[in-house]
Amino acid sequence: MLRPAAGGQSSVEAAGDTIGDVVKSLIAAHPGLETNLVDENGDVRRFVNVYVNDEDIRFLDKLDTKVADGDEVAILPAVAGG
Amino acid sequence: MQRRHWLEMLGVAWDAYPLEGCGLLIGESGGDVVERFVPIRNEAESSRIYRLDGQQYAKAALRADADGLDIIGVMHSHTHTAAYPSPTDVAEASKPLIPPTWHWVIVSLGWGYPELHSYRILDNGIAEEQVGLAQ
Repeated sequence: MLRPAAGGQSSVEAAGDTIGDVVKSLIAAHPGLETNLVDENGDVRRFVNVYVNDEDIRFLDKLDTKVADGDEVAILPAVAGG
Repeated sequence: MQRRHWLEMLGVAWDAYPLEGCGLLIGESGGDVVERFVPIRNEAESSRIYRLDGQQYAKAALRADADGLDIIGVMHSHTHTAAYPSPTDVAEASKPLIPPTWHWVIVSLGWGYPELHSYRILDNGIAEEQVGLAQ
């Protein structure tokens, strides 16, 4: 989903112990993502869903959600309509 | 898309009725050819709106990525109105991070029989596109 803003890549490796760290390292590598992913307070935007192994971080510990080596993190735009 | 994808999308619309049904079109990134259609639960459980179930959506996206594929569009149904993007559809499709290459497939059951149409929704408006069916 993030290809256009992530140098054309669909998957990227990112380091960190928490989702917050992963998001920070992603933004450091791809500054184009910053305004789309987080708001001025550093929180994930409402229309962005972040999943760790298909669990939504909103139902885990949000940006403090722990991640381990090999966990798959998906960052997807919320999709809805009428 | 293949004929079976078309039938699967109509099936999702019928199965969900009287609520809106939805699903994801998977194919080569940014592409126009549907490799598979993945039904996704409508988390909103509404006859007027849909919202992709987060867990099923993430699973489908991760599986597509593992297969070297990507999400190339979204299907949803309209239960009582035409198979044409509603103002809500346009507003949602225009949000950041939604690729402009996505195809927006709408199945209408509004007239008692299913009708499937596909659109691109871009900054300059809504453009219907032809749907080709292969065996």
